[in-house]
Amino acid sequence: MPQDYAYPGLFLLVGIIFVLFVFFLARLASPKKPNPEKERNYECGEVPFGFAWVQYNVRYYIFCLIFVIFDVEVVFLFPWAVVYKSLGFFAFIEMLIFLAILIFGLVYVWKKGALKWVR
Amino acid sequence: MESSVQSAVFYILSAIIVGSAILVVTLKNIFHSLLFLVLTFFSIAGIYVLLHAEFIAAVQVLIYVGAITVLLIFAIMMTAQIYSPVLRQTNEQVIPGLIIVGVLLITTLIVLGNTAWRVSEKLPETQSIVTIGKSLLTTYVLPFEVVSVVLITALISAIIIARRD
Repeated sequence: MPQDYAYPGLFLLVGIIFVLFVFFLARLASPKKPNPEKERNYECGEVPFGFAWVQYNVRYYIFCLIFVIFDVEVVFLFPWAVVYKSLGFFAFIEMLIFLAILIFGLVYVWKKGALKWVR
Repeated sequence: MESSVQSAVFYILSAIIVGSAILVVTLKNIFHSLLFLVLTFFSIAGIYVLLHAEFIAAVQVLIYVGAITVLLIFAIMMTAQIYSPVLRQTNEQVIPGLIIVGVLLITTLIVLGNTAWRVSEKLPETQSIVTIGKSLLTTYVLPFEVVSVVLITALISAIIIARRD
């Protein structure tokens, strides 16, 4: 029911207002004495070099693709979880097959060495 | 009272969707465009909630806001010279774009005007996810398992294409 979402909606609204309010307070309260040292990007305390916009390693993309696949899988877990109790053991076996096929895929990827970080 | 609140929410969401969609195609920084695309996706999930389609809303958040966004972020980060002062980040095909969008808009308006909108007599499902889960695990159990096979095919082919380096 959409009315049930009034509560999360309220949370969202309060969350947004809270963040804006804190920023506003910080602006009011904090002294402003900028210098180049302060305005430099924060890189874990190291002196930064170059742009942050560098070309990233293509290897990240494989992890990203695997994530997408399993993200789609999770979508199917929701309706299953909701009706699991009423359908019982049969639903359990079905989901087991569903997951087994995908876990086989994960094992394949693992054995293939795609999860290994090659330099 | 209730319907006025719903239509108010609908108009707010629509304004966010249209506004952020316009920003997606007009902003200079491609990464900022992406962030507004996420906002667009998220607001569309809100529209689905208004339409009693909670499952679709969850799917929208999980797949579009989650997975597709991650894919796009990586696509942007892996593009060479994305932050190059030499590269002009402007749309050089404004006029063809406007023509195509105009034709699309007019066609859609014509179709919308000529359609007789029939309202279903049936009441909307109060818990659509239960209905979906039940039919997915009983009537449509074979397609459900086939989905798994399709996913594994996508996974393996992605790995094979990506590893050919």
